[in-house]
Amino acid sequence: MRAIVTVLGKDDVGILSFVTALLAEHKVSVLDISQTIMREYFTMVMLVDCAQIDLPFAELVALMEGQGKEHNLSIHIQREDIFNAMHRI
Amino acid sequence: MINTNEILDTIHMIDQQHLDVRTITMGISLLDCADSDPKIACRKIYDKITRYADRLVSTGEDIEREYGIPIVNKRISVTPMALVAGASEAKDYVPFAVAMDDAAKATGVNFIGGFSALVQKGATPADRKLIASIPEALARTQYVCSSVNVGSTKAGINMNAVGVMGRIIKECAELTADQAGFGCAKLVVFCNAVEDNPFMAGAFHGVGEGDCVINVGVSGPGVVHHALQSVKGMPFDEVAETIKKTAFRITRMGQLVAQEASRRLGVPFGIVDLSLAPTPAIGDSVARILEEMGLEACGTHGTTAALALLNDAVKKGGVMASSHVGGLSGAFIPVSEDEGMIAAAQSGALTLDKLEAMTCVCSVGLDMIAVPGDTSSDTISAIIADEAAIGMVNSKTTAVRIIPAPGKKVGDMVEFGGLLGSAPVMPVHPFSSHAFVARGGRIPAPMQSLKN
Repeated sequence: MRAIVTVLGKDDVGILSFVTALLAEHKVSVLDISQTIMREYFTMVMLVDCAQIDLPFAELVALMEGQGKEHNLSIHIQREDIFNAMHRI
Repeated sequence: MINTNEILDTIHMIDQQHLDVRTITMGISLLDCADSDPKIACRKIYDKITRYADRLVSTGEDIEREYGIPIVNKRISVTPMALVAGASEAKDYVPFAVAMDDAAKATGVNFIGGFSALVQKGATPADRKLIASIPEALARTQYVCSSVNVGSTKAGINMNAVGVMGRIIKECAELTADQAGFGCAKLVVFCNAVEDNPFMAGAFHGVGEGDCVINVGVSGPGVVHHALQSVKGMPFDEVAETIKKTAFRITRMGQLVAQEASRRLGVPFGIVDLSLAPTPAIGDSVARILEEMGLEACGTHGTTAALALLNDAVKKGGVMASSHVGGLSGAFIPVSEDEGMIAAAQSGALTLDKLEAMTCVCSVGLDMIAVPGDTSSDTISAIIADEAAIGMVNSKTTAVRIIPAPGKKVGDMVEFGGLLGSAPVMPVHPFSSHAFVARGGRIPAPMQSLKN
């Protein structure tokens, strides 16, 4: 199953490594990354593969959100299907 | 990979524009629960609902987490209870409502609809017993919603039932006077009621439906409002196109959730209801969309035309996004549940008469309107008759959900809390409709040709 991770927040050192480390810890592999800094805001969108994931997906969602909050980041991880449904015919 | 802007668009819609799936509603047929012994019938009802809807709430929550899209309500609709209870020897149908309520509590849903009777042409003894039980049933239960269909385009309007419902609504208000007449918020009087509506309080599982079905109601007034901010001052062609595109996206998300819920629960997918359902939250209002089109306040001249465009564009955009569209499918204009409507009513811009005109071009009717506690049952019946006539003649669903708030006067506020919000008490005409309502009988079905 593929999912989209979005990370929004104030730019800081090490956000990318922090997020990818968290994903790697749970055997989620990163397929694609797009990252920009809009004004001072960090915006990152990642396509990830959860085929090998070692915990229920819903728990990863909660974990990423919680960890994000601790670092003043808004982190979402959602199944890719929702974006395909909304933006592709 | 989908481009970043599209992904961020979706995230903003959910985080800042209140995009959500308003409800996943499981429709369950209770026709096979009929029994001559009311106790056995009630047990069968409780057992079947709890068996079928056992995983409804947890499945909804799983989908919510995995897709990151809020699913605000998980609900159940059942066969109109008069059809099920009619087989029993019971004189009073309140125990059937209690069985529904217990099943709702056990499954964790936030409403169960279907304490209903369909009397558009005439009432059976069971229909009469059910209607008589409504005030006590709604006062004694927490989650049960009730509806009565009093008219249709094919049958005309049953004015005897309209007369009775005015009195029942008054009784409901009196029995729940300590909660500002909250019982009335769970009671809808319909014309042309639909069998697959997922929205409360009017949901029931029609007899033409299968044993069990999943219907989904989408929402998203905030998203439409936000999208319209990008076409300020442009012609209505652009407005309609923008709404269509937005409605398409919202509905695609609803369709995805509906299919996923249907697959996980092993229950057939019924329909997606394309309604724009507001909430009292700031930025989730249908009235504000109308104002965005250039009206100073919702309710002023031009409001009906703005609403007609909105309603039509939502359907045109939504219909291609879903394999099956049904339910009520139109913009809702519940006063108490819409922050912009509340403000418009408080400022005097929005009146009951204008709301009635607006219901000619949208779903669903005079919804969640508080009127003074001393409003007579005849006046309420006459309001129902007017609204039913609009539905009957225009071949559309109309409804009345009105709260004669005990002890309240024009200008007071009535608080219901949660999604039901708060309603300013609106004035009704002081002139009597008594002799009109007292006639009874039926208003014949209208012509379907010579449409002028």
